[in-house]
Amino acid sequence: MKQALERLVNGIFKENPTFVLLLGMCPTLAVTTSAINGAGMGLATMAVLVMSNMLISMLRNVIPDKVRMPAYIVIIATFVTIVEFLMKAYAPQSLNDSLGIYIPLIVVNCIIMGRAESYAGKNKVIPSIFDGIGMGLGFTLALTIIGLVRELLGNGSAFGFRFADHAEIFGIYEPMKIFVMAPGAFFILALLTGIRNKLGVGKSKDGTACHDDSCAGCGQYPYCQGHIRQEAKEETAE
Amino acid sequence: MKTILLIIIGSALANNVVLSQFLGLCPFLGVSRKIKTAAGMGVAVIFVITVSSLVTAVIYKFVLANPAVLGGSLVYLNTIVFILIIAALVQLVELVLKKYSPALHKALGVYLPLITTNCAVLGVALNNVSDYDVTKASFIGYSVLTGFCVAVGFTFAILILAGIREKTEGSDIPAPLKGMPITLITAGLMAIAFIGFQGLI
Repeated sequence: MKQALERLVNGIFKENPTFVLLLGMCPTLAVTTSAINGAGMGLATMAVLVMSNMLISMLRNVIPDKVRMPAYIVIIATFVTIVEFLMKAYAPQSLNDSLGIYIPLIVVNCIIMGRAESYAGKNKVIPSIFDGIGMGLGFTLALTIIGLVRELLGNGSAFGFRFADHAEIFGIYEPMKIFVMAPGAFFILALLTGIRNKLGVGKSKDGTACHDDSCAGCGQYPYCQGHIRQEAKEETAE
Repeated sequence: MKTILLIIIGSALANNVVLSQFLGLCPFLGVSRKIKTAAGMGVAVIFVITVSSLVTAVIYKFVLANPAVLGGSLVYLNTIVFILIIAALVQLVELVLKKYSPALHKALGVYLPLITTNCAVLGVALNNVSDYDVTKASFIGYSVLTGFCVAVGFTFAILILAGIREKTEGSDIPAPLKGMPITLITAGLMAIAFIGFQGLI
């Protein structure tokens, strides 16, 4: 029980995938045009993460070490397909339209592969499930907050409620459309990483994610092989 | 003719894969410190995306969407099948290059494994099958053209970013904004410029 709680706290605060580890930046930038989209994407990713962590942990003694990557990819892709069809059937049409291609692209989200590689593939089933829930909640929370900030600045609304229409509450503010468009995402992330640098968070001790900014700390580390990146860097230096 | 022109401008400039769709951000931000490495990455991406668009389109048309082969339409498996094809393809391309063109392998080799997990490759393949009609003869041609143009758009973006980063390297930037944040601000300004291309289509 204590371990389960520890995994939850770890995922939401200590190793928050977005704010601390800077993982999964593509969906973070692409779908956070509003708080609801951010929350939808976060929950979809969380569903995949919990299920894949569970199955990978169950199969950890069955999957041979050499073929673990392809095996993980197949497991993750299966759950992504299931989530995609469930969302098409039951989620609101507007949410499906705005998430679009980014739902099947959860397959290449490095958070999921990263957790499979660094946690679920080595630990028991119950802690792995809670690890998935913790990381998923951390990701959902981060996307919702970023979405909320962009929606407030860019649209003058929060969770779809438009303050801009209610001049008596919120009359002075003129929404800056740029924040819900593509460039705004880059600016918000720049601000976020700037604050992160200032506070000095994300300096990992155990090396669970790649923190030198040569790869945007993108955390494909277990997946995209740091030594190859290192070679690329050395070649540049020559 | 008009469709082809629209595909070229739309996928390379107006809906630029990194600056307006946010696919392939990791190599875009990671390998853009020097123009030379950025160019290497760009060429590798053009090569892989073009080949993978062709292979995924062919398999989609003749296997997944063809009930005669596996006794029913299997288009719902496209995510699983595509990611496996792409991962296998990159390995295969690397092996073939190593054997038959060591010079090209030396130039592209280090970038190839990084591309497997590049979401742009899978994104292009998935977009192609949802945008174009698989029953038409033009399906494969349009898919390959789109793949090529998207990758060219990626190369444009990464080359421009690398050029700007080389120029600003010695600039006096506030300490917390050094590295990643200033690169992201640069990318944001580039994205504003690329919005201008949307007037073309």
